[in-house]
Amino acid sequence: MSLQQDGSKLRTLIRGATLITSAGEQGVQDLVLAGGLIEGHEPQGPVDVEVDGTGMLLTPAFIDPHVHLREPGFEVKEDLASGLAAAAAGGFGTVVSMANTNPVIDEPGLVRWLIDKAASLPGARLRPAAALTMGLKGSQLTDAAALKEAGAVMLTDDGIPVSDGEVMRRACEWAAELGLVVQTHSEDPTLRRDGVMNEGEVSERLGLPGNPRAAEASMVYRDCAVAHLTGARVHIAHVTCREALDVVAFFKAKGAPVTCEVTPQHLALTDEALASFDPIFKVAPPLRTMDDVLALREGVAIGVVDCIGTDHAPHTRDEKHQDMLSAPFGIANIEVAFPVLYESLVLAGIVELPALLALLQDGPASVMGWPIPSLEVGAPADVVLLDVTSARTVDPMTFRSKAKFSPWDGESLHGWPAKTWVGGSLVHDLVPSAG
Amino acid sequence: MTTKATLLSAQELDRALTRIAHEIVESSKGADNLALVGVHTRGVPIAERLAAKIGAFESTTPPVGKLDITLYRDDLTEIALQPVVKRTEVDFDIAGMRLVLCDDVLYTGRTARAALDALIDMGRPAVIQYAVLIDRGHRELPIRADYVGKNVPTRQSEVVKVKLQEIDGVDEVILEERILDRDRGEK
Amino acid sequence: MSEPLRHLLDFQQVDRDQIDAILETTEVMAQVLERPVKRVPALQGFTVATLFYEDSTRTRLSFERAARAQSADVMAFSKGGTSVSKGESLRDTVATLDALQVDAYVVRHPAAGAPIQIAQWTKARVINAGDGRRAHPTQALLDAYSYRQATGRAFEDTRLVIVGDVAHSRVARSNAELWHKLGAQVVLCGPPTLLPPSLAALPGVKLEPNLQDALKGAHVVMALRIQQERLTSARLPSLAAYAAQYQLSEDRLALADDDVVVMHPGPMNRDVEIDGALADGPRSLVTRQVAAGVPVRMAVLYHLLVGKGSR
Repeated sequence: MSLQQDGSKLRTLIRGATLITSAGEQGVQDLVLAGGLIEGHEPQGPVDVEVDGTGMLLTPAFIDPHVHLREPGFEVKEDLASGLAAAAAGGFGTVVSMANTNPVIDEPGLVRWLIDKAASLPGARLRPAAALTMGLKGSQLTDAAALKEAGAVMLTDDGIPVSDGEVMRRACEWAAELGLVVQTHSEDPTLRRDGVMNEGEVSERLGLPGNPRAAEASMVYRDCAVAHLTGARVHIAHVTCREALDVVAFFKAKGAPVTCEVTPQHLALTDEALASFDPIFKVAPPLRTMDDVLALREGVAIGVVDCIGTDHAPHTRDEKHQDMLSAPFGIANIEVAFPVLYESLVLAGIVELPALLALLQDGPASVMGWPIPSLEVGAPADVVLLDVTSARTVDPMTFRSKAKFSPWDGESLHGWPAKTWVGGSLVHDLVPSAG
Repeated sequence: MTTKATLLSAQELDRALTRIAHEIVESSKGADNLALVGVHTRGVPIAERLAAKIGAFESTTPPVGKLDITLYRDDLTEIALQPVVKRTEVDFDIAGMRLVLCDDVLYTGRTARAALDALIDMGRPAVIQYAVLIDRGHRELPIRADYVGKNVPTRQSEVVKVKLQEIDGVDEVILEERILDRDRGEK
Repeated sequence: MSEPLRHLLDFQQVDRDQIDAILETTEVMAQVLERPVKRVPALQGFTVATLFYEDSTRTRLSFERAARAQSADVMAFSKGGTSVSKGESLRDTVATLDALQVDAYVVRHPAAGAPIQIAQWTKARVINAGDGRRAHPTQALLDAYSYRQATGRAFEDTRLVIVGDVAHSRVARSNAELWHKLGAQVVLCGPPTLLPPSLAALPGVKLEPNLQDALKGAHVVMALRIQQERLTSARLPSLAAYAAQYQLSEDRLALADDDVVVMHPGPMNRDVEIDGALADGPRSLVTRQVAAGVPVRMAVLYHLLVGKGSR
């Protein structure tokens, strides 16, 4: 069975898997994909491909509202082909790509170019975000209406915080009018300064410049207050600390149109990881303390956190072999995101699997204003078969991503996506069978 | 290790040193300008005893220096996990002096070579001579002693152990056989 | 007796015995430097490479002298010079130099942890000559050595006070680490913007922002250099303001021990962190510190390179 380009012409029968969504398990049932959509539990015509799903879970493919695909401009780190294939390997059917490429995605032509190029690539669906300001410089607004018309689904300067409050406000006023989501990388650069890790006991012990929680919490407050002021849908990217989560909860209680996401790494790792001085753990906002990890997990459990966003941020191996000050920020994680989340949230007893699925399906869909993924007849044939029973060791050399290294290298995890379909096409197959 | 023989008893050791002390003074025609330098560790009490003996029958006691040669050895990466360096105490100017290097055993000659290099880096003595308690043969360098307590032909498997009151609590020189692990029968 | 040291990155894995051995060897090395021939053949055949990503002619020359005085071969690499190329990853640079059969690297780098990273990648020994604001172990060793030679006072009976820009000082941190291991009482003092509370997490350290309280009963006071850059980063209103509250002078030492000595890692800003008369007066050990640099580094090179199986 090879990875198919055009699933819309095939009828696929997935036998004997346990269907599951955020609403819970629906028992062992067959599922048929045809014409790029879910056909039902019985094939309505000749079956071209049969897949044995016994012992596995079948669920809608995940949505990631936050990935860096690095194309155009940084193809040495990742490109659309490798990034979308990696997303599919992670069980993701749709990803929102960030705009901090070179050139920055701040013109409609670039949005169209991305959409056209991605359309012919096997892997997850690409929905591009466009920049909030020209060149990510934080002063001149981009033409949000034209960008939306070209296909942009989100406005964000992610990578760079928007320092000027007025710029943020006015961009939000446009976005509110157009119904576009504004995603923010909320950190006050004047408090963050040259910090490369969380400021605290560990950074003091290691002698590395620290980035205090106040840098994030203060900017999250500002961004939520602007959402409250303008009515724009503001989505706070990668919340990492208790204080910032408390701010989001506070504004949600006031009815502000604010949502937030958390990354897998911030749910699984603390700043102690930096003790090895390995820049593989260098990320912004930084890994924080155990108390923050617990707060984020609580936030997931009680619903303050709307969804997971991986913030998949690939770099070259050489770049991560620099010293802690020179190495770039970012963790590439999309292929191990689900296993990491499954281990640290579900197997650790913090949430049940349906709740985790909600964070990867319903949550991001609501944030983006998209239909909630489902296994109902007529829904897009974007599904993933998950193997939650066997453990596999993380081997970055087998990654589809160009970033063949991982903070979880060598760890044994459960919950690997075995097969992923997008629009009925098989875009990921962990163990290709002979037939 | 097992003891095979006693090479020198306490009394024999003392007589040998007395003889050497006289030979030194005879050769240098008096104790003027004379100094003794003991090579750490057991060369030091030997030098001190020789100096005291010389002082007993001459009008002056020659000064004694202590020389650590660790930094001059050619086998630093083989002898020990972390060769300890001790202080060198030569509190007199060696320029123009007649020095006698004192050591317990002369074997391959490498220690003597290192000691010579160390001394020469410290200054320019007029003469350097060499006094040892035991010469056991098996030279690997062209070195000879000027004063020898006892010549003892040995096998390489044997060990000459000099014990001195100041360090070991007793005066004697014994010959031991190095036992290889496989002969021991234990382990 | 513990395993011989492989690297000197900081004092985390160094025990009391190893420190004492280094200080003992330093005395012997100091002697060597007083002889007519200031050289011994102990490190003949070894190659020592200085890898300085941060300028420091004094420290680099001190290490090169320490290597040459033991007959080692020396290679010098510096950023901005011909050899350390921008854009080449740190790991690749180390691999290239390893191919030149370097036995020991002396590394100074603006990023904390860089020598630790290098130690993981190379077969050679690594000596940290200063990484970011994290550590500078040979400086601490020469400071401890200078104190011991000057006063003969036991470390266990000593109260050490370090005053100044503690937050950014690798000298402060390494001294705090070392002197605590030697059994001394360590007090860190400085303005609130330069004395972060999280420093209290360092073992054995007490923080005291008030200079007078800090100096009570002090046996040795170390003044740190106040750097110009600190003035522009909103941490200090002015050098004069700093001096008014934290400058070390004879009358400020009234509550310290009668025989208190003062130290400074250099270069000094006379009349900023330390009053000129005190800096040049009889209490000052600065000249000793300067003289101790080469012998201490000779001892460190000796202990890291020599010994069974070190080749």
